[in-house]
Amino acid sequence: MNLNDLLNHTSEWLKGTGPNSDIVISSRIRLARNLEGFAFSHWANKKQGEEALKIIEEAIPKVNFLKQTTIFELTDLDSIDKQFLVERHLMSLEHAQRPDHKAIAIDNEEIVSIMVNEEDHIRMQVMQSGFNLFEAWNIINEIDDGMSKELPFAFSPDWGYLTACPTNTGTGMRGSVMLHLPALVMARQIDRVLAAIAKLSFATRGLYGEGTQASGNFFQISNQVSLGHSEDEIIASINGVIRQIIEQENQTREALLSKNRAVLEDRINRSLGILKSAHIISSQETIELLSMVRLGVDLGILKDINRAVINELFIITQPAHLQKIENKKLSSQERDVKRAELIRDRLKIL
Amino acid sequence: MLCDICGKNQATVHLTEIIDDQMNELHLCEECARQKSAQMESQFGLSDLLAGMAEFGKPDTKEAEAVAAVKCANCGLTFADFKRIGRLGCGECYNSFKRYLVPLLRRIHGSSQHVGKPPVKIAKVLKKRTDLQELRAKLQKAIEIEAFEEAAKIRDQIKEMEKKQNESK
Repeated sequence: MNLNDLLNHTSEWLKGTGPNSDIVISSRIRLARNLEGFAFSHWANKKQGEEALKIIEEAIPKVNFLKQTTIFELTDLDSIDKQFLVERHLMSLEHAQRPDHKAIAIDNEEIVSIMVNEEDHIRMQVMQSGFNLFEAWNIINEIDDGMSKELPFAFSPDWGYLTACPTNTGTGMRGSVMLHLPALVMARQIDRVLAAIAKLSFATRGLYGEGTQASGNFFQISNQVSLGHSEDEIIASINGVIRQIIEQENQTREALLSKNRAVLEDRINRSLGILKSAHIISSQETIELLSMVRLGVDLGILKDINRAVINELFIITQPAHLQKIENKKLSSQERDVKRAELIRDRLKIL
Repeated sequence: MLCDICGKNQATVHLTEIIDDQMNELHLCEECARQKSAQMESQFGLSDLLAGMAEFGKPDTKEAEAVAAVKCANCGLTFADFKRIGRLGCGECYNSFKRYLVPLLRRIHGSSQHVGKPPVKIAKVLKKRTDLQELRAKLQKAIEIEAFEEAAKIRDQIKEMEKKQNESK
């Protein structure tokens, strides 16, 4: 697989299918693992970093689920490639910085990605479309078993998997669910909901994980606690919280529809109108308008638009994607023009 | 003093940020501080907890110096390094800093006992260990009720298991 192949391919998690996919974009599980005896990536010297990379790169193709993965070393990727992978949610922003001894393995369907030598030696993630954490867990659990047969993991029966940061110790697991909550934002109920979530020791982040702000009505909810509970228990607790948020978003959507239908229809159709006719558009405006169009699709107000097309537009209108599509560097102004062109083109055939 | 971000309101929150060893002081109004803290909640939470580790010795005392100088024999990371970067150096660090880490894990997770899955190879070892423990308990019971024939059988099973375990070592 070549990175450009991904351009013509819709990631599994963008398909807009799966349970509750009108509100839940995707479900993701990641596991942090380290090699026994090795210094953690951030503390390792050059030789140790290289050695860990080599051992892990050799192990990956031997694991059952990972025979169809391609491994890219980060030193071989240019800055647009790296940003492209971040935009596709296949790797973290942190991994893209300081490329030495780092690699990323991606499977053909973009369900699995494995970062090598990020903060931990191994950060594997599985993404699924819709509200589907258990399915993501089933897949990653098998991959983890396969990996643990090939590699000696730093593990203690008392403390579980030993990670660079003590906030990940134990299961090394972070489950996160990406939600689209436009009604709660419009009704100014979102702060109340997020405050309640924080009290239950769940974290809320933006579209791109750690350190990013929630924007365009998208929120990523994940567990904070990774030790003292089994993986199943952690997933069940996230599911419980997510179910309540879905319920609240649904109720608010219904209330908006019954009380402010005309206003809602106006905003949704105006948003679609701008997207279909704009010739210059920023990524921020694109996200905001696409969010309204998506809501229109979910509420049945816009009937002829496929959710997967909207989901994909969220991804391919980002800076690195536009530059990959055009196959050249574009200035911010040039991108705003190309972005508008791409959106008009995708929405025209509908 | 006015807020460093908006420059309008009175700064009431004073924040010290450390990014890549660079210390940066921020003076913020309540509104901007709230936004900032939402943004860095995860890191902030951990550094707060790490600051709490100073309990293991009052600052600037010999005891605090001694704690800071504790060093992991495997990777050379000191406890002072850990407090500075918020990351451990290797798996062995967990044993090296056990005394200070276990309370930290409890404060972060509410527990310091793993109950999730082990790696496949270790799962087998752990299973054998519990099997052995169960057999030993059964043997004890058999002896107590004077079921010596049964006890002899169990004893043979235990011997067999121990032999296999030693061979696989």
